[in-house]
Amino acid sequence: MRTGASTFAEGVDLSLYIISGISIFFLVGITAVMIYFVFRYNKKRNPTASHIEGNNTIEVIWTVVPTMLVMVMFYYGWMGFKPMRNVPDNAMVIKAYGQMWKFSFEYPNGTITDTMVVPINQPVKLELISRDVLHSFFVPAFRIKEDLVPGKNNYMWFEANREGRYDVLCAEYCGQLHSYMLSSITVVPEVRYNEWLAVVSAKSDEHPGLAIMKKNACFTCHSQDGSKLIGPSFKGIYGKKEIVVTDGVEREITIDDAYISRSIKEPNADVVQGYMKGLMIPYGAVINDEQIADIVDYIKTLE
Amino acid sequence: MATLSTDLNYLQAKKGLFSWIFSVDHKRIGLLYLYSLMTFFLVGVTLGILMRLELLNPGKDLVEAKTYNQIFTLHGVIMIFLFIIPSIPAVFGNFFLPIMLGTDDVSFPRLNLLSWWIYIIGAIMALSTLLFGDGPADTGWTFYAPYSVKTGTNVTMSVLAAFVLGFSSILTGLNFIVTIHRLKTPGMTFLKMPLFAWALYATSWIQLLATPIIGITLMMIVAERFFGVGLFDPSIGGDPILYQHLFWIYSHPAVYIMALPAFGIISELLPTFSQRTIFGYKAIAFSSLAIAFVGYFIWGHHMFTSGMSGTGRFIFSILTFLVAIPTAIKVFNWVATLYKGSINVQTPLLYALAFIFQFMIGGFTGLVLGALATDIHLHDTYFVVGHFHYVMFGGTGFAFFGALHYWFPKMWGKMYNATVANIAFVILFIGFNTLYFPMLIAGLMGMPRRYYDYLPEFHLPNMISTFGSWILATGLLLMLGNLIYAYFNSKTKPGRNPWGGITLEWQTQSPPPVQNFDRMPVLPKDGPYDFEHKPTIKE
Ligand code: HEM
Ligand SMILES: [Cu+2]
Ligand SMILES: [Cu+2]
Repeated sequence: MRTGASTFAEGVDLSLYIISGISIFFLVGITAVMIYFVFRYNKKRNPTASHIEGNNTIEVIWTVVPTMLVMVMFYYGWMGFKPMRNVPDNAMVIKAYGQMWKFSFEYPNGTITDTMVVPINQPVKLELISRDVLHSFFVPAFRIKEDLVPGKNNYMWFEANREGRYDVLCAEYCGQLHSYMLSSITVVPEVRYNEWLAVVSAKSDEHPGLAIMKKNACFTCHSQDGSKLIGPSFKGIYGKKEIVVTDGVEREITIDDAYISRSIKEPNADVVQGYMKGLMIPYGAVINDEQIADIVDYIKTLE
Repeated sequence: MATLSTDLNYLQAKKGLFSWIFSVDHKRIGLLYLYSLMTFFLVGVTLGILMRLELLNPGKDLVEAKTYNQIFTLHGVIMIFLFIIPSIPAVFGNFFLPIMLGTDDVSFPRLNLLSWWIYIIGAIMALSTLLFGDGPADTGWTFYAPYSVKTGTNVTMSVLAAFVLGFSSILTGLNFIVTIHRLKTPGMTFLKMPLFAWALYATSWIQLLATPIIGITLMMIVAERFFGVGLFDPSIGGDPILYQHLFWIYSHPAVYIMALPAFGIISELLPTFSQRTIFGYKAIAFSSLAIAFVGYFIWGHHMFTSGMSGTGRFIFSILTFLVAIPTAIKVFNWVATLYKGSINVQTPLLYALAFIFQFMIGGFTGLVLGALATDIHLHDTYFVVGHFHYVMFGGTGFAFFGALHYWFPKMWGKMYNATVANIAFVILFIGFNTLYFPMLIAGLMGMPRRYYDYLPEFHLPNMISTFGSWILATGLLLMLGNLIYAYFNSKTKPGRNPWGGITLEWQTQSPPPVQNFDRMPVLPKDGPYDFEHKPTIKE
């Protein structure tokens, strides 16, 4: 296991060592006794068996001792876990969004990023929001994991105590590219964190449509260069004729403002032939008409 | 002439395909299950080997991501619903429960045949997704909402298959409960019943009481997909967590549907090969009931990371640890049964010993997952994949193979080559542990499950695991080849009681006559494992 990099690691690792220690002791012990009996009481050495039906004292012993041991295990498991639910008051709050197959993070000042940078020794609370199906935010080095459940606001927190870059993995199966739903957390000293935040927060001269699409992770499934991903590419689609399937019936449409708007708000109404229904979620609630106009404007530039 | 029919054993009594697939003889139905179940098992194994090949190296080796996801789903569905849930009860329970109780059939022989047919229909439905519709489901065998509501693959058919299979399981359970209550031979009380019967009794109650819940839950998925009812999909007002609760309320007890019958098998093998009475008969019998009961209240341990309250996690964790105690008691009693026995090391015993070893690893890793701090780290990682294969395959699977070697001479009246069987066992044992132990390590390192591709740091354990899958496959083929060869070619007549067993099936001919007994079975004086007063059995 990788060395821990958060304040929880100690408690988690301690309970792991205690439980595995006791377990390995019994596993080895019982197996050894078992093998010993098989040799010692082999029918060649012991042609007649003794018929021992049981022994109440020993039954009591091997009920009580395991009961005590599992309570010890439970106790350490609980103690290692308890702090994970008590968020300190001074925690910095970051929103972590999950959607097929991308994490994104919203900092208190509204800046949105793909990967996280956090100051060392600073409690960070994550508000976990899923935009489509279940995901799970898993940082092995921090020993933390909590699901992103759509329609429910889960949370988790951590305090990183070692500098470095740590993997974030999605641990709840979420469809086709689940195993590529990765991100990272980089732990840096506070000054470096402030510098980084200033840089990523600076206004860019990006096309506003592009910025909205990046923010909503459209490009995980739609390419800009004509290559086919989960959904059709955006390259040169504006004004193109396309065969779509509507309620099981094929028809031809021309891609225009109205079609793009409908595809964003009700993606499953018309599905381009050859693509799977149900993979894209409706974005009507997160993208307004003004923003859709920006998106259309940007798509027009992709010739 | 009247004696003629009793001279024929159950295999010879009638000929032709129809005399099998419409047979109401519990022994034939047991074999029908055996043949169908082993076929699906081999399909499942092939899918497993394919997955391991894909995971040999990071990146794409063999198939696309979506195909991989469909493979692990189908693998899980086959292994759970078509193999491991029916396995021991449907094959060995059907064949041996009536004989061990000293009776001539189960209470409802026609219902028994019906449950096999339902099983076959369910199996065809599950496998039909390979050929028809939009391809096998890609949700994982757990069908978690809302993905299972949204995906375009053929979830509906897979879910309906599991629904249909549930009825088969319920009917078998019902049949066994009534049989055990009503058809025990005169003189056999509950406390003089073999432990295999006890284990089936506890299992049957779970089958009867828990299976309807999964049936309803899966139908709710179908309703959600077709009519958008708004049960589980939050975008139409549902709650995905509700699905998880409903799913695990069945599926945790289902773990005991898989495990308890295996415990029963081990409790038969150990006394026979130690030639002595079982240690702690009552402790073993009642701990099965305790497990079946407590097992109903711990489903929440599958949901420790889904946002449950701290109190909820506390309660489910502590209850999970409680169920470990009756399980530990069983292990201690089994080992104690070897003490001062007169041990005859034969293939079935080797499987029983491997069961104890591997089941302990499954159990101990279960404790790691039951503790909150460690589960937060390990939930939904390869540690879980390793853990449940140790329980289901290393445990129940090995018990199944042990039972197959134990009762082979009784079922067919032939004997396999013991040396080859032992060699196959050793290869299987090494292969199994090489395949699954590295998964525990990969999980500790942080590799999530249901992963088509992985970061380079997880390469080594994955590579070793894939090598293990080849060793395991070799062992399996050798084991089955040896048995099939014996079935066709063996000239050795094992006689009535090749292992010196004491339960009633060893008093009748091998293979048994249609009516099970050619002469009245004699119960041992002091309980089912009274080897001290073992009735002498004339050929
Ligand atoms: C040759 C034998 C087997 C191999 C190589 C194998 C391999 C695997 C692998 C690699 C996975 C993980 C898939 C993933 O998370 O990406 C898996 C999942 C699974 N296996 Fe096996 N397995 C074998 C036998 C069995 C047996 C005998 C059972 C049950 C008795 C079983 C039950 C399952 C289940 C329930 C899953 C979970 C599927 C899911 O995540 O939806 N497997 N197996
Ligand atoms: Cu995900
Ligand atoms: Cu469980």
